[in-house]
Amino acid sequence: MATITIREALNQALREELSRDQNVFLMGEEVAAYDGAYKVTKGLLAEFGDKRVIDTPITELGFAGLGVGAAMVGLRPVVEFMTFNFSILATDQIINSAAKMLYMSGGQFNIPIVFRGPSGSAFQVSSQHSQAIESWYALFPGLKVVMPSTAADAKGLLKSAIRDDDPVIFMEQERMYGAKGEVPEDPDFTIPLGVADIKREGTDVTIVARSLMVPIALKAAEALEKDGVSCEVIDPRTIRPLDIDTIIESVKKTNRIVLAEESHPVCSVNAEISAQIMEHAFDYLDAPVKRVSGADVPMPYAKNLEQLAVPDVQQIIAAVREVAYLD
Amino acid sequence: MSKQAAEPRSRAGAEEKSATGVIEAPPDPETLKRDQAAAKERQKDRLSGLDKETLIGLYRQMLLIRRFEEKSAEAYSSGKIGGFCHLYIGQEAVAVGAISAIRKDDYVLTSYREHGHAIAKGMSCDSVMAELFGKVTGCSKGKGGSMHMFDKELNFLGGHGIVGGQIPLATGTAFASKYKGTDQVTLCFFGEAAVNQGAFHESLNMAQLWKLPCIYICENNQYGMGTSLERAMSLRDIAQKACAYEMASEFVDGMDVLAVREAVQRAVERGRKSYFPTLIEVRTYRFMGHSMSDPGNYRTRAEIEKYQERDPIKLFSTTLLEEKIVDEKLLAKMDEEIREEVERSVKFADESPLPPPEDLFTDVYANPITPGRAK
Repeated sequence: MATITIREALNQALREELSRDQNVFLMGEEVAAYDGAYKVTKGLLAEFGDKRVIDTPITELGFAGLGVGAAMVGLRPVVEFMTFNFSILATDQIINSAAKMLYMSGGQFNIPIVFRGPSGSAFQVSSQHSQAIESWYALFPGLKVVMPSTAADAKGLLKSAIRDDDPVIFMEQERMYGAKGEVPEDPDFTIPLGVADIKREGTDVTIVARSLMVPIALKAAEALEKDGVSCEVIDPRTIRPLDIDTIIESVKKTNRIVLAEESHPVCSVNAEISAQIMEHAFDYLDAPVKRVSGADVPMPYAKNLEQLAVPDVQQIIAAVREVAYLD
Repeated sequence: MSKQAAEPRSRAGAEEKSATGVIEAPPDPETLKRDQAAAKERQKDRLSGLDKETLIGLYRQMLLIRRFEEKSAEAYSSGKIGGFCHLYIGQEAVAVGAISAIRKDDYVLTSYREHGHAIAKGMSCDSVMAELFGKVTGCSKGKGGSMHMFDKELNFLGGHGIVGGQIPLATGTAFASKYKGTDQVTLCFFGEAAVNQGAFHESLNMAQLWKLPCIYICENNQYGMGTSLERAMSLRDIAQKACAYEMASEFVDGMDVLAVREAVQRAVERGRKSYFPTLIEVRTYRFMGHSMSDPGNYRTRAEIEKYQERDPIKLFSTTLLEEKIVDEKLLAKMDEEIREEVERSVKFADESPLPPPEDLFTDVYANPITPGRAK
């Protein structure tokens, strides 16, 4: 085990997969000569050359579609969006081409492509550069949506995503690239898509959190432990397909659940998880499902307002205390 | 960045250029006659060097597409085909001429008006008609329909329903050819309305910047649904738009199958040899509505008739007859055979089974995941 940052873990995954398969190539804005806007692709141009690590013009719809076309005929592109905010320009190619090609061709053309990049709230970059849009992508059959929260998960899941034969939306968290964690050194280390991870075991309240919310939920759980409340923290890691069974099993044990996420609350992934809990575990609940979400406003610039818009430890603690009827 | 001189545009094209615009009154018969005669002469010039078999093959394919589309219209009217159905009648020379200039392993991508391209790439009438009928024997197992025909064996990569959506995809298949070091080229067909989409400009920029062997074939049939070119495009000389990307371009008469073939051959050579892309504007005309539900109130009968005088199939059959490459008897025999082939495809489609209900959930993922399974 080595202790490295999420940024380094992603870099290792890309390097290993580029070495493993000649059909894998990287493209995106500033991924090559600049070493990546967030340095995730650092050193890869020098190692693999400009045939396989390609700087694109600022033309998101164009290079996303180019990637999908290349994937139709056997290549395995890893397309970086400098941030997922810019993927909004490319949604026609992601949704109408990548997600649907296999189906509408009657099973003839699968699209082995990864769209990756930072997502979620950043630091003081205001409304257009700071948002969580995973529930959009999670809506579409044909796509897989992955959101890692640790260095090990980032590496293992990205390697699985690149080896997967379907389009994968791989959303990293912009604030978390520097977060460190232990990562196995085995080059064949992967983590399967579609499997939730129990980040902390507990008996009283289940907290479901992903991406940036995982370390925050863990801090909340630590604080609550001191008050005698044992929290189980579950990270689904993959949003589509969603490992709902692990969540349901946990609810059957704790009978109380808090769902935490950065994104806006309306039509969010947590809304979906909440609905599935009603369908599968209604009789096990001792309190209504409680959601903690990003504020239902565009992200503000001012630091104090921005802090209010992103869920924090205190909000999760309050939610847990509410479902546990402690106040 | 290296510069590349654009090919000179074909002279035939230059003469055709004046032919745009909404026609209020029928042109006088003398002018029409002169136009037809000139077109025929130009086509005759192109015959030299082509063997009889090739020429008859081109004619046969155009006629097959025409008869196929006539049957599609009939089947649509009788409720056998659902949804949208965009017919290719009038534009046959474009798909047939262009695709005759490439190899089987070259890639073809096109829009939702693609029955003709599918057939020209070698797909059987059976598999295309069965797809239109929504049957499991269709080329996309009944899941794609009129707008999403695919055939992996033939490198026919669809059939795309969002205007211009196939242009970045085709740029990607051309990228893959270069990446893998093959000499396969990609033909990317789209209507002139797609030229106003960002996808067109983003793709042409990358293709020329990176030297990708994609041949962009704009089928300018002069209407995006009911909106004429005049009402939708500021610079209507589409071939000229290639200049913005220093890309080679040509303007071609899309009613002349041999003119299209020659232009595409030149572009293919450029693509195979040096990976250079090309933009070809092909001036054509659709004789039918945008789709089967088109009210047709945006253009005059006279305008349609004017173009029908230069029907690509009639133009070619006249040339072949005058040059004694075929005779009336052979043409009649071919027509009969083709009608039978199309009729058989209708019967095949009609008698084919519907997709089984369990097909609803197949082909969503190549690697389906049961969540939690791998724990």
